[in-house]
Amino acid sequence: MQGPLIDTLARRGVTRRTFFKYCATLASLMALPPSAGRAMAEAMAAAPAASKRPSVIWLPFQECTGCTESITRSHSPSIEGLIFDAISLDYQETLMAAAGHQAEEALHHAMKENEGKYLLIVDGSIPLGLDGAYSCIAGKTNLEALKEAAKGAAAIVAMGSCAAFGGIPKANPNPTGAVSVSDIIKDKPIINIPGCPPIPVVMTGVLAHYLTFGTVPELDKLGRPKAFYGETIHDRCYRRPFYDQGKFAKTFDDEGARKGWCLFELGCKGPVTYNACATVKWNAGTSWPVESGHGCLGCSEPDFWDGGGFYRALSRPADPLKMAATAAAVGAAAGVAITFANRAKKSSAKAAHETVTLADLEK
Amino acid sequence: MNEMQFLTWVRGPGLDIAIGIFLLGVLWRLIEIYSLGRKVDVAPGRHRDGASGLHTVFRRSVPPPGMIKRSPVTYIGGYVFHIGLAIIVFLFEPHIILIRDLTGLSWPGLPSQVIDLVSVITLGAMLVVLADRIKNPVKRYLSTFADWFTWTLTFLPVLTGWMAVQHLLLPYTTMLALHILSVELLLIVLPFTKLFHAFTVFGSRWYLGKINGHRGVPV
Amino acid sequence: MSASLQKGINALKEVIDAPVASYLNSCVHCGLCAEACLFHLETGDPKYTPIHKLEPLRRVYEQEYTLLGRLKKMVGLSKAVTDDELEEWQELVYDSCTMCGRCSMVCPVGNDIVYMVRKLREGMAVSGHAPDGIKGATKRTVEIGGPMGLKWPAVANVIKKAEAATGETINVDKPGVDYLVLLSSMEIVNYPEYLEALVKIFKKAGITFTLASDAFEATNAGMQIGASDIAKVIVSRIINSAEKLGVKYVLSPECGHAYMAIRWEGPNLIGRPYKFEVRHVLEVLEELRQKGVLKMKDKFKEPLILHDPCQIVRRGGVLEAPEPLVQTVAENYIPIVDKQKWNWCCGGGGGASAIHTEEAEALRAKAFRIKKRQIEENGVNTMVTFCANCRIVIEEGFDHYEMNTQLLGLTELLAEHLED
Repeated sequence: MQGPLIDTLARRGVTRRTFFKYCATLASLMALPPSAGRAMAEAMAAAPAASKRPSVIWLPFQECTGCTESITRSHSPSIEGLIFDAISLDYQETLMAAAGHQAEEALHHAMKENEGKYLLIVDGSIPLGLDGAYSCIAGKTNLEALKEAAKGAAAIVAMGSCAAFGGIPKANPNPTGAVSVSDIIKDKPIINIPGCPPIPVVMTGVLAHYLTFGTVPELDKLGRPKAFYGETIHDRCYRRPFYDQGKFAKTFDDEGARKGWCLFELGCKGPVTYNACATVKWNAGTSWPVESGHGCLGCSEPDFWDGGGFYRALSRPADPLKMAATAAAVGAAAGVAITFANRAKKSSAKAAHETVTLADLEK
Repeated sequence: MNEMQFLTWVRGPGLDIAIGIFLLGVLWRLIEIYSLGRKVDVAPGRHRDGASGLHTVFRRSVPPPGMIKRSPVTYIGGYVFHIGLAIIVFLFEPHIILIRDLTGLSWPGLPSQVIDLVSVITLGAMLVVLADRIKNPVKRYLSTFADWFTWTLTFLPVLTGWMAVQHLLLPYTTMLALHILSVELLLIVLPFTKLFHAFTVFGSRWYLGKINGHRGVPV
Repeated sequence: MSASLQKGINALKEVIDAPVASYLNSCVHCGLCAEACLFHLETGDPKYTPIHKLEPLRRVYEQEYTLLGRLKKMVGLSKAVTDDELEEWQELVYDSCTMCGRCSMVCPVGNDIVYMVRKLREGMAVSGHAPDGIKGATKRTVEIGGPMGLKWPAVANVIKKAEAATGETINVDKPGVDYLVLLSSMEIVNYPEYLEALVKIFKKAGITFTLASDAFEATNAGMQIGASDIAKVIVSRIINSAEKLGVKYVLSPECGHAYMAIRWEGPNLIGRPYKFEVRHVLEVLEELRQKGVLKMKDKFKEPLILHDPCQIVRRGGVLEAPEPLVQTVAENYIPIVDKQKWNWCCGGGGGASAIHTEEAEALRAKAFRIKKRQIEENGVNTMVTFCANCRIVIEEGFDHYEMNTQLLGLTELLAEHLED
């Protein structure tokens, strides 16, 4: 395997073998056949010189920068970072050196030069309220910026739950009128990579897939790559046996919690959350929320902020019951009303009673 | 509406409405039925141990002599699915959490694999009693649209709950939402159909036992 | 004549109560009641399903006493009960229902179906939809004194014969004695030996009794047809006479519905308890047996089975008396599987035996096969019972199937083997 990337890696002390192992891991995580690992390695290794590398433009909208933080907190920073050597990250506000007019210049130049070919990454939701005035960059609303950038993009990656589904800005009462990328762009392939934030290797894995094969990976109904979002947390959770046995922690420091019992009762949304946390974990496989003793928030699902509360078990009502008392009272009133009506009817039937004689037996 | 919003709705406003209508319906119908009252029986009663309303409430759950042989499907199918439903509803941990939320009461449950098995058996029993309702001349003769409708509304919660756990047909989140929705439909319909026997069976058996017990006949 | 659908519906409105409402709302259409009804079992026709017999009552209840039902009626979505429907239901409510009560014993949700049949008959009767046979019996009871048109002279004749046979004087209209004895017309006409047996036993026991010339008839066609006002008139004859005579007890004879009428319905028809106690003849005999008064000089040797009349045992509550009495007089009593409160009806109660249409008689003949099978399965030639109507119906059954089974009356059997 030859190529500029291999040389760069070798200079930083990463052997070819290590690089290949990394690609193989990536491929297996995405449930691709073994040959795909090699294909990925060869494709990335052969990444051409800077000017010919695929252009990637990253536009941040109503976001918290968590997704950028996550992708840069990879478990092998040197390798994750080097993925960026396989692409030409032409615009990324957090990572780029330029600012102000220079940054704008870089953006427009990249869009023009690579028209129809660049990969557009978006993080953060897009506000529609006040004609988009809630979030503007360089005098342009996010909405305008997205539409403009989407026109020349080959594909769009909606990075993080905000871009994929609207995220926290969209949470009730959604004061800015926040929406997701796919609410606005309807004519380009969109890969949703939700999570708040998404797992680092999920982000890089999807990019690697795109770079290798030039295609969007297989997506589920919500536009998420099935390779990482095909299973629920619940189905891959190491605490599942406790769920099945009914052993639940009832508070965060009771005996059950200390014994590592299931966190369903404490609001874990594992059963309805599709993500790779239970298998891939976080921080180079150090741990993940459940393993650390906190239930899954469901952060890779749409509208998880309004899902009834992080600490309310799935089988509990999402909101306190409001109608029960009134409904019961209304029901009782209806019952009492019909009772009176029935009494009246019975009385009049009795009053209408004429003593039955033999004549009454014949028509 | 995406599946998560659907799930949150059925867990939220949907449940609120369903429980509201359920409580409204139950109170209304109980009062409507039992406020009709009964004339006092002035004939001198005959006392017999074991002949009373309360005795019949329990005793009538035992099949009378010779009847299982005459109608095995009705008795065995009926027992299996009623007990199955009770086990699933009251001994599945996530359900117990819901009950505790609504009433404050809770108790230990059974492992989910046991519930899974019981669900399959219950579904089987319900299909058998459905088949019998179609085949048996008396049941077929008596059955109206309401009988098929209430069977379906009772079957769907068990089916969708089981399908959700088994990850069949639709993704879990949607299946779970459908399961909760099907329970809500069942709750709404219950007070206004023969399903209300869940409440009136106690009153009916009690009256039966009391009226016959007055004459000294334990029924 | 003045029967009308409106009167019928009004009657139903009067009798519907909380039990009826509870029962009708509990039915889950399981069909188990049909498995306990001899008319359904012996014909296989699902229309005889007991709860189905109540359909007109159910609709009146729904349309009159439920909020939703009333609303449905207001917008024209409910099916009114019609004369044609009640006419169609006559067969279901009378011909094929003897009010035996077996259905009420098996309903899993606790419905007392026979309780409701009795109430439905109130509506059937005053809308003119009761069978002619029972109408006739009722007319004769009201106008003449009994369902068969018997007048006192016929009874007096039977009394004279009994006096001759037993050598005892039988009191008539005598005040202050222990018992006022009632008879059913069927006994007077077909089984007058019952009176002789009673005389013999009461003499041995030292019990004083009288008959009443203005209240000898125990049966109550008004109750069977379902006209409580008429039933009240009929039963009041007995009550007034008994209270006038100042007797301690009224003796209900070997007749099922008579017991039901005087013991259980009567006080509710007049709205107050009696000034006397009602006892069924078997209750008295059992008490005597326990006291040691009923010593047998010998026993009936042939194997026999017992037929428990529905209205006395299951419906009337005389559960414990019959069997020990049978055991005391019979050497070879074979208890049957469905005995006591689980017995099978003879098929002729509830006024059914008074319906003499071809269809009704054919239906009763079919229903009788249950009794026929009981006799055959137990391999006996003798059956004993204690209701004159059962006796006549069963004997008709034996006739129809050309069986030479002997049917005995229990009181007579006891008297026959009584030590002198």
